[in-house]
Amino acid sequence: MSYWSMLKPAFWDHTDVAAGPHKHLFNFRRIWKSAVLLTALVALAPLLFMTAIDYNVSQKAIEADIHYQTARLVSNTRRSISFFLSERKSALNFIDKDNSYAVLSDPLRMTVLLDNLKKGFGGFTDLGVIDANGLQHTYVGPYNLGGIVYSDQDWFQALKESGAYISEVFLGFRQQPHLVVAVKHNLPNGGFYVLRASIDMQQFNELLAEVEVSGRGDIFLVSREGVLQTPSRFYGRALDRLPLEVPAFSDKTQVVETRLPAEPLVVGYAYLQDTPFVLMVVKQKTELMKGWDATRRQLVAFLAISVTAILLVVLGVSTYLVNQIFEADHRRVTALHRVEYANKMASLGRLSAGVAHEINNPLAIINEKAGLIKDLFMLQRSYAEDPKLIGLADAIIYSVERCAKITQRLLGFARHVDSKPQQVNIAEVINEVLGFLGKEAEYRSITLSVDALGELPCIESDRGRLQEIFLNLINNSFAAMSNGGRLAITVRRADTDFIAATVSDNGCGISESDMKRIFEPFFSTKTGKGGTGLGLSITYGLIQELGGSVSVHSEVGKGTEFTVRLPVKMNPSGEKKNESPTCG
Amino acid sequence: MKVLLVDDEKELVATLAERLNLRGIEAQWATSAEAALSRLQTESFDMAVLDVKMPKMDGLLLKKQMQDRCPTMKFIFVTGHGSNQDFMAGASEVGSDYYLVKPLKIDDLIAKIREALQR
Repeated sequence: MSYWSMLKPAFWDHTDVAAGPHKHLFNFRRIWKSAVLLTALVALAPLLFMTAIDYNVSQKAIEADIHYQTARLVSNTRRSISFFLSERKSALNFIDKDNSYAVLSDPLRMTVLLDNLKKGFGGFTDLGVIDANGLQHTYVGPYNLGGIVYSDQDWFQALKESGAYISEVFLGFRQQPHLVVAVKHNLPNGGFYVLRASIDMQQFNELLAEVEVSGRGDIFLVSREGVLQTPSRFYGRALDRLPLEVPAFSDKTQVVETRLPAEPLVVGYAYLQDTPFVLMVVKQKTELMKGWDATRRQLVAFLAISVTAILLVVLGVSTYLVNQIFEADHRRVTALHRVEYANKMASLGRLSAGVAHEINNPLAIINEKAGLIKDLFMLQRSYAEDPKLIGLADAIIYSVERCAKITQRLLGFARHVDSKPQQVNIAEVINEVLGFLGKEAEYRSITLSVDALGELPCIESDRGRLQEIFLNLINNSFAAMSNGGRLAITVRRADTDFIAATVSDNGCGISESDMKRIFEPFFSTKTGKGGTGLGLSITYGLIQELGGSVSVHSEVGKGTEFTVRLPVKMNPSGEKKNESPTCG
Repeated sequence: MKVLLVDDEKELVATLAERLNLRGIEAQWATSAEAALSRLQTESFDMAVLDVKMPKMDGLLLKKQMQDRCPTMKFIFVTGHGSNQDFMAGASEVGSDYYLVKPLKIDDLIAKIREALQR
C-alpha cells in the first residue's frame, strides 16, 4: 500500500452523484484546495512581505554603514595628507619670507635650513633655489642637481601661473620617485625666483601604510590621470597605472560602488585641494558583507522553517476541517436517506396492508362460497361421491388458502413501521423472507437451503428489522448469482450471548477494492441497472441498531458469505431477564 | 345456540350463516351495526361474531352497545386487516379472547364458538 493511499483523506475520491445541480457544493477536494490556498496565502503573505522588507532594510542599513565608515576613513586620511603637504608648503613659505634671495643663494645657509627643516618637520630630502630662467643655481641635498635647468618642465610653467606648487610623484633627473613642493617669490623688479624642496617618499608613503582598512581594503593616492602615486596593496607600485577608473571630480568626499571585473568594490575617494592627488580607499564588498551573509542565512533559514511549519499546519488543519465537514455531510445524507427509506418502507407497508385487507374480504367470500358449495355437495350422495366435484371445491379452497398466506405475509411486512422488540425465532423470519422470494428462486433454478444448527434460542429483537436485513442480504445474493446458483443460510449459536446467521452464495463475488466500500451509502456496482447503493448500507445500520455486527468474506468468481451476529437479548447490559425460550 | 353474524359484506355473512346452519348452529346475520342492534330488540342471541372494521360504527363500539343490552352475550371478532400472528395482540386490544382472521376456516369458527359458550 502506497503512502499516499494511507494518508489520502476520505473525501479525496468522493463524488456525490446524488447532489444533482448542486454538485459543485459537495466537491470537497475543491473546498480543500480553496481552504489550503486561502489559509496559506493569509498566513504566508504577511510573513514573506515582512521578511522581504526586513531583508532589504537590513541590507541597506549595512551598506549605508559601510559607506559611512569608508567616507569617514577617506575624510580623516585626506585631512592627514593635506596637513602633511600644507605644513611643508608653509615651512617653505616661511623660509622664503624670512630669508633674502642672497641668503638663500648661500649653500652653507641652505644646508643649515635643510637640516632645520628635516629636524623640525621631517620628510624633506633636498632644497634648491631656481631663478626666473629655470636654472637651479643653489642646491643642497644628496643628489648632484646644481645647475640643472627646469624651464621646460611642466611644473615650472605651472608654478609661474599659480605661485605655489605641489607636484605629482615623478622620477625626474634623479630617477627616483619623489614629489616636489615649490613656492614662487616675486621680486620688485618683476622677476622672481623659486624655492623648491623634494619630499621624502618614505615618510609620505608611511602616512597611508599606517592606515588600517577593513574588508581586504586598500588606500592609496592616484593622480587625476590614473597613475598610482603611492604603492597599493593590490593594484601595483607607485607610478604604475591603476586598473580602476578614477572617479569623477567632486569637492567633497564621495563613496561609490564599482566592479573589477566581477568583484564588487566599494570605492571612497576625495580630490585633495591644491594638489594633483586623489585619495582612494577601495574595499572588497564581499568581505565587508560577510557579517550580513551570516545574518541573511539565518533569516532565510528562519523563513524556510516558518513557511514549512505554516504549510504543514495549514495542510493538517484544512484536511482535518474539510474531513469533519465531509463526515458531517456524509452522516446527514445517510440520515436523510435512512428517513427516506423508512418513509418508503412505511408507505409500502401501508399500501400492502390496504391491499391485503381489500383482498381478504373477497377471498373470504370466495372461501365461504366454495365451502358452501362443498357443504351442499356433501349433502347429496351422488355429488358427495363424485371426486371431481369435491376436488374442484377443495381446489378453490386451497387456492384461497394460498392467497391468504400471501396477504398474511404482506401484512406481516406492513407491521415493520410499528415493530417493537419481541421474542423472535430467527429461522422462522428467514423462512418468511424466503417465502417472498421462493418463486423467483424457482424461476431461476436457484437452490435454497436453511439450516438451523443445534438448539437455537428465540432472540429478543425487532422482527420487522430482521426481515429487512435478511431480505436485503438475500436480494443481494440473488443479484450476484446467475441462474442455477445456490443460496445456503445457516443459523447457529455463536456463543452465550449471540447467534450467527450466515448467508452464502456461489455468485460472482466482491473484488478486494470494492470490499472496503460495500457498506458505504450509494456505493453500488449496479449503478444504472437499478441499484441505489443503499441496501447494504441500510442493512449495516439496522444490524448496528439491533446491537449486532456483520462480517463479509468473498472471493471473486467463487461467492460471498455474509455473517450476521445478533444478540440474544437486545440490551445485554440491561436488567436480567428470564432465560430465552427455545425455538425450533 | 343462537349466533348473530355482523359484517358489511353481505355475501360473506349470508353464506357463513348458511354454512353454520347446515352444521346445526342457528345463525342469523346483519350487514351493519344498526341492523344488528335493531335485531337485538326483537331477538336474543348467545353470541355475536363481529367484523372489526365496518362503516359508520365499527365492531368494537357495536360490542359495547350490544353488551349493554345483553350482558351475558359472548363475542368473537373477525377482521381482514391482520394475520394469524396478530391474534394475541388483536384479542387484547378488543378485550376478547376470540379473534379470527379472514378468510375463516369454518371448523375454526365453530370451535371458537363452542369454546366461548362453554366458558
